[in-house]
Amino acid sequence: MTIVKPVSGPVVGQPIERLEDLRLLRGEGRYVDDIHLEGMLHGAVLRSPMAHGRILSVDATEARAMPGVHAVITAADLPGHDHPDGVPTIPIRLFPNPGMDPFRQPVLAAERVRYVGEPVAFVVADSPELAEDALDLIALDIEPLPAAVTSENRGEGQPALYEGQPSNRVWGYNAKLGDVEAAFNGAPYTRRERFYVHRHTGITMETRGVLSQWDPVAGTMTSWGAAKVPFQNRKMLAQLLGLDLEKVQMIEGDAGGSFGVRGEFFPEDFLVPFCARMLNRPVKWIEDRREHLLAISHARDVHCDIEIACERDGTIRGMRVRADVNIGAYIRTSTTITPRNVSMFVPGPYRIPNFASDVAMVVSNKSPTGTYRGPGRFESDFFRERLFDLVAGDLGIDRVEFRRHNLLRSDELPHPLPSTAPDPHDSELDSGDYGHMLDLCLAKFGWDEKKRLSGKRIDGRYHGIAVGCFIEGGAAGPAENVRMVLEDDGKVSVYTGSSAVGQGVKTILTQIAADAMELPMERLQLFHGSTTYVKEGFGSFHSRSTVMAGNAALIAASELRSQILAAASELMQAPVEQLRYEAGTVCSEAGATMELTALAGRGIAYEATFRNSKHTYTNGAHAVHIAVDAETGKIEIVDYVGIEDVGRKINPLTLHGQAVGSIVQGLGGALLEHFVYDGEGQMLSGTLADYLVPLATDFPNIRSQAVELHPSPFHPLGAKGAGEGGTIPVGGMLGNALADALADFGVQPRDLPLSPARVWHMVQQGRASAGRAGEG
Amino acid sequence: MKLPDLDYCAPASLEEVVALLSANADAKIISGGQSLMPVLAFRLNAPSVLVDLGRLQGLDRIEIGADHVRLGARVRWIDIERHPALRTAQPLLVAMIDHVAHTQVRNRGTVGGSLAHADPASEMPGFARLVDAVIEVFGESGPRELSAEDFFLGPLETVLEPTDVLTGVRLPAWPAGRRWGFQEVARRRGDFAMAGVAVCFDDGTDGAVHDMRAVAIGAGSTPVRLSGVEAFLEGRVLTAELAEAAGATAGQEVSPMVEDAGEADYRRALVMTLTARTLKQAAGLEQE
Ligand SMILES: Cc1cc2nc3c(=O)[nH]c(=O)nc-3n(C[C@H](O)[C@H](O)[C@H](O)COP(=O)(O)OP(=O)(O)OC[C@H]3O[C@@H](n4cnc5c(N)ncnc54)[C@H](O)[C@@H]3O)c2cc1C
Repeated sequence: MTIVKPVSGPVVGQPIERLEDLRLLRGEGRYVDDIHLEGMLHGAVLRSPMAHGRILSVDATEARAMPGVHAVITAADLPGHDHPDGVPTIPIRLFPNPGMDPFRQPVLAAERVRYVGEPVAFVVADSPELAEDALDLIALDIEPLPAAVTSENRGEGQPALYEGQPSNRVWGYNAKLGDVEAAFNGAPYTRRERFYVHRHTGITMETRGVLSQWDPVAGTMTSWGAAKVPFQNRKMLAQLLGLDLEKVQMIEGDAGGSFGVRGEFFPEDFLVPFCARMLNRPVKWIEDRREHLLAISHARDVHCDIEIACERDGTIRGMRVRADVNIGAYIRTSTTITPRNVSMFVPGPYRIPNFASDVAMVVSNKSPTGTYRGPGRFESDFFRERLFDLVAGDLGIDRVEFRRHNLLRSDELPHPLPSTAPDPHDSELDSGDYGHMLDLCLAKFGWDEKKRLSGKRIDGRYHGIAVGCFIEGGAAGPAENVRMVLEDDGKVSVYTGSSAVGQGVKTILTQIAADAMELPMERLQLFHGSTTYVKEGFGSFHSRSTVMAGNAALIAASELRSQILAAASELMQAPVEQLRYEAGTVCSEAGATMELTALAGRGIAYEATFRNSKHTYTNGAHAVHIAVDAETGKIEIVDYVGIEDVGRKINPLTLHGQAVGSIVQGLGGALLEHFVYDGEGQMLSGTLADYLVPLATDFPNIRSQAVELHPSPFHPLGAKGAGEGGTIPVGGMLGNALADALADFGVQPRDLPLSPARVWHMVQQGRASAGRAGEG
Repeated sequence: MKLPDLDYCAPASLEEVVALLSANADAKIISGGQSLMPVLAFRLNAPSVLVDLGRLQGLDRIEIGADHVRLGARVRWIDIERHPALRTAQPLLVAMIDHVAHTQVRNRGTVGGSLAHADPASEMPGFARLVDAVIEVFGESGPRELSAEDFFLGPLETVLEPTDVLTGVRLPAWPAGRRWGFQEVARRRGDFAMAGVAVCFDDGTDGAVHDMRAVAIGAGSTPVRLSGVEAFLEGRVLTAELAEAAGATAGQEVSPMVEDAGEADYRRALVMTLTARTLKQAAGLEQE
């Protein structure tokens, strides 16, 4: 893609280079670990070495006596430890329900440990090294209990994690559309399959970190290291510390990635400020990589039992889904999203008139889970698209035609999604031409030529192709704020509650605000994330910031322009009706002009709130061509094409980066990344030598294209949330392409990841059954 | 993942290194640090003193002589990659070392560190076994030489005494016209191999294979010489069928050190496939 320098005229739609980059590339980024405060101490977390056990004692006497150690806190040192309610627990941010309260995570384990890596004590010392030394001196006595590791069959037959709970299936969601029983009754064709998407998550290059400072005079707490949702975390922290909201500030610096996992409220987000206040010294804690792999939200880990009913011509009559989500040991801030999304999004962009799902949240002795790029959607797309290829094969229908036949047509939109219970949040597919997107993808990919390669062995490798369609939800409400201030030098400051986690929010919002103010981008300065900037903010998740903060910026700009005209009218002594705002200049009908600098000191400012409850649905199609070495099981991506309709492209360059990065992350999940646990609940992939994230050399052949054919009808900007879409279809694509490549062996992958050893085993099984068939 | 409390010294002579190692029972040599630093950060080992070889003169030299090539213990992977003459003098060495790790690690990781660390999946120990390299050591009683065959005892275990410094490795000169093949399978480029096989042999005037050598890495507790394959092929004219048959033999000579039985089967199969493929590669036979 060619990069054009900012031009005069509108900048929305231009591939502007990221404003963020120059500073970051020069090493001028300011991450939480770059901040050093006078008198600062360092924390380290003692984590449970055992997946499940009863805590008999935590003896910190020796650690407390160690020179350089300032404090060791255990559950017994926390408020509430002697109350029936117990020590503070982490609130549930999304779709909380009082029924979930017993499963909230205490900030330090009090009676039981439920996963390897669960915080049990927190040490504060002069240096991070000393703090880590002191961890070795804490005597931890845990009586082991049998570990529950799997969620299959709703965790039945597994040791119980919570006393008094009949099973480990602690919560769940159901969704319904139409009459699924009727659809299956007398259906000419049905097929039932079981699939599994393994546990993996987003690995941020910068690990988490918190630095907190208590001001005893003002009674205020300031915390650095916020990312993603600072405003919500501020509320949680204020409540847990018993402080008024205004007494707590969260400061967002640069953040080395979020992908949905980083920036939620974790135990350390309480422990660090708690100790800072207790010791009246700044305390910093920086997560190390080994901790990160255990302590960050894990994701996926979903078993699905899925059944479809079709007519002989391939028309889908209905679909039934029963899924078990292994949510790990506790319900944390965003744990509910994956199961909710699985319950709603298996139909994707297709016409499934009758649908029913029953999704269980099953607790286990693994790390707690949360949202990760395309939560529940990556999984849903794997289940659906894998099933579709099997069904098309059974019915003798071309897999492209099967999809085209069942895709929703433009004239069927908006189309309601299945409604989830409990806590429904109804949503409908907004706009688009899904069939057209499929055609664009096939054309760009060269499907008709590549079709000939399907299942062929060339130079010792088997070739396979696949195509599938997807939707991506975006623009979660309820609202976002943008405050604009006309500064004395004629610049406009833009403050937003959205967060920058590497997605280019600063560039995007500056572009939108620049156009709205008809000013060159240099005359805008953007501030984001910190709770000091706007009254209320909602952060960055669910592909929302461009839409939500972008529309708020439009409202703020329009109000700012009215205020400018009103102030100018006074100074120019001309009625407002006779004034025009034009590219940063106020012009009167009489021909007089006034620059914005002339309005200095007039307090021109406005904080706008954009409210929205309607989601946007970016949509599109992906296609992939792989080559497989059947003897080594290695899969090479020969070509990958992703096409998406984002409604309106604010910045094609940052969008392209999001799309390609997102596909790579999907490929990592489909092929490489895997949290492996043994039967005792020990995590075996505890380093980046075992948990394999994609490297720059792994997937060089990715093509991505965005179009803007169907703007969102629900808001003025027209853009649809994008950034997760690339990840969503990838698992299904790879599973289908592998089945296509290894058709000779009858390989039908039902589980991810497609590691070389797994692929090799599937080939062996295929050979064995072919051998048996030959003998028989 | 913070280093334990330890002392650091960087002596300028081998004698001083040995004296420090003798005086401090739990002292550890540090060379490139690419294997040792993670061990320290994970606190799997907490030596009282780190003895850095960085100030010793001459340990980073590559000498190409008439009857051998000598690599000093502090020769780095990047030095091997960039050396103008090594690719002709020791083509298989260079081809194997091309697969070691990623740029950052290659800029620091060393030949001596790799041999002393003795990871069974490492390329350098595999090559040393294949060509019967001579390993040079300086210890309490001065310099001595060890054969690669006797050197490796198990995973991360060698015959080196705690007071020994590995100073270099001598590789017999590579005969002109010697044929070779090397392939490995790693999850990602630069990762440790799940399995790898290197073969070499000389062409006789009779068209048959002479001085047949084969080694597997990642397939046992040390690099494994595939002596069954060597005996099977010695003196025979290599064909695709023989290469396949040799692959089957190789499978019986290795026992991959992984707990999961399915994973072990997979790695054994890799050794079989890679043996057949590298033999064909060496002989210039069509890979079918
Ligand atoms: C991400 C990553 C990927 C890697 N991939 C590969 C790979 O694919 N293939 C591969 O072969 N290696 C790989 N390595 C290992 C790398 O090559 C190491 O550099 C090498 O194995 C050790 O060399 P070093 O100089 O770093 O040794 P150090 O880490 O300094 O030392 C390793 C051990 O050897 C001892 N030691 C070092 N030098 C001497 C000496 N002269 N005498 C006696 N004892 C000594 C030390 O005391 C220590 O116990 C990888 C490493 C990393 C971090």
